[in-house]
Amino acid sequence: MKRRWMLPLLAVIALACLLGAPFVGMSHVPMSAVLDPFGMSAESVVFWRIRVPRAITAFLAGSGLAVCGMAFQALFRNPLATPYTLGVSSGAAFGAAVYVRLGLVFTLLGIPGSSIAAFVGALMTILLVYGLTKARGGFSTSTLLLAGVALSFFLSSMLLSIQYSANLHDSFRLVRWLMGGLGMVGYDAPLNVLPFVGTGVVALALLTNELNLINTGEDIAMSRGLNVHRFKQGLFVAVSVTVGGVVAVCGPIGFVDMMVPHICRMLVGPDHRRLFPATLLFGGAFLTACDALSRTVIAPVEIPVGIITALLGGPFFLWLLLGGRRGRAGI
Amino acid sequence: MSALGMKDSRQDAPAFAGVTGAPSKAFQIEGLSVKAGSAKILQDVTFDVAEGESLAIIGPNGAGKTTLLRSLMRMIPGVTGGIRVFGQSLAACSQRELARMVSYVPQAEGRTLPFTVREFMLMARYPHMSPFSHLTARDHEVVEQAMERTGVTAFADRNMDTLSGGERQKVFVAAALAQEPRAILLDEPTTFLDYRHQVEVLELVERLHREGGLTVVSVTHDLNQGALAGDRVLALRQGRTIFHGTPKELLAHPEILSGIYDTEFDYITHPHTGAIIVAPIKGQP
Repeated sequence: MKRRWMLPLLAVIALACLLGAPFVGMSHVPMSAVLDPFGMSAESVVFWRIRVPRAITAFLAGSGLAVCGMAFQALFRNPLATPYTLGVSSGAAFGAAVYVRLGLVFTLLGIPGSSIAAFVGALMTILLVYGLTKARGGFSTSTLLLAGVALSFFLSSMLLSIQYSANLHDSFRLVRWLMGGLGMVGYDAPLNVLPFVGTGVVALALLTNELNLINTGEDIAMSRGLNVHRFKQGLFVAVSVTVGGVVAVCGPIGFVDMMVPHICRMLVGPDHRRLFPATLLFGGAFLTACDALSRTVIAPVEIPVGIITALLGGPFFLWLLLGGRRGRAGI
Repeated sequence: MSALGMKDSRQDAPAFAGVTGAPSKAFQIEGLSVKAGSAKILQDVTFDVAEGESLAIIGPNGAGKTTLLRSLMRMIPGVTGGIRVFGQSLAACSQRELARMVSYVPQAEGRTLPFTVREFMLMARYPHMSPFSHLTARDHEVVEQAMERTGVTAFADRNMDTLSGGERQKVFVAAALAQEPRAILLDEPTTFLDYRHQVEVLELVERLHREGGLTVVSVTHDLNQGALAGDRVLALRQGRTIFHGTPKELLAHPEILSGIYDTEFDYITHPHTGAIIVAPIKGQP
């Protein structure tokens, strides 16, 4: 019911960010380079081989992370409970780091092993956090966040030990990747991310009615005929696939999954049939814009995009924690 | 079935009720036990609820009343024993099928619900939607009718979190009704409500029961307005059934009631209605 023009507006913003981002950067791109996708000129390569795939990757990663955050916020009925704050991203990063450290190289049906390792890490972490909260009997906000924080610490120290044992070159790569970044060249990155984010996004798009129900509490959802157990299984797999796919390529980019859906809830309301497309569009636009910012703010030095999102996300987290705006937006 | 699944629900029963599966029974519970860890919450509870009957479940705190109700809606693990709902084995029917027969009104509590009343009501149509489908005109119609019947239309567009406890509880009943069930389970529907809203919610449920032929199972601490006003009473104590019968039978044997609550009661005849009212006696040892 609320503000019907909001979704079309978000679509326009998303499109503008996606199309505009490749034009933002240190060097100016002339129109001739834009019109020559396969050209060998430096401008053409910068535009088509670096900036365009990067914008697409950022958009995919932002969309995927944001809708996963939305799903977790609905499931746990808490805007602070997202894959990043509950340690799922750390779990995915840990999985991918183990893969790199062990020097494993394999692909499964064309899917790189690092992404699969990240997916497994993410899924294990979700099951662990969920198991911990269940063992303590129900999800009180504090139990849930504490379990997530504890697990994050644990996984971070595991990651540190992996880094420490790696050689200097690998170690630097790991550190840089862990900051969350999109500094890659060519279309391998977006093509690696796409199947993961695509799977997760389609799965969540089919679950909007169920997300609404679960947001009213498990008992009501069950009494309305939702098979909560099976729904959670589906949700956990969809979120693990998405977060794993994104983290393996871009590193654990934080807070997008918390800020974007919460802001969208204020814009379009809590009904997931509208909240889902809004979050998808705004998540993509948001991370694409953050990435453009990270490339230009102190150019020629690039700030990893994860640092930008964390700089915005930290205060946002505190604001939510201290009960900034409740009411309709607060779950 | 009619628009709200009322009235004609009895006609679904075959002429020879009681042949196989006894379709005239709303619930058949046999040897129901519930464990949580090593604690036995319910032990070997057996009873039937006839279709169209209203049953009140009473008992002291911790007797397992809410657990019993929630196990009928398959909300808790660790349940053993046989439960049949309208002749169908609970184990064999899906959650969606169950929700088309039975709906549930939770205890009045302060959970935040970010939705408007109408949004919340429309979600109750979920068990009637096929997977991934949208709401139909009929879904909207059923919801509007349910709101009309329960008197919540006036605040249809308000946010659930802005309603008073009583208004909110009426919306929960309305939503349960929009589910078009044949039976409704209520978990202490009037606790925390002021007297006016207690009366309103109870009268609403009573009307749906009487006029609509809805089977009602409610957990209650309210003996006079809740338990003694219904068709039958089931009393639990420490997870076991200690009484199952009509309110009349309960009142005929004062030792039953005092045994349930470890409290002596006075039996008073209401000066206007002539109904018997019970009141705990103060100052007991």
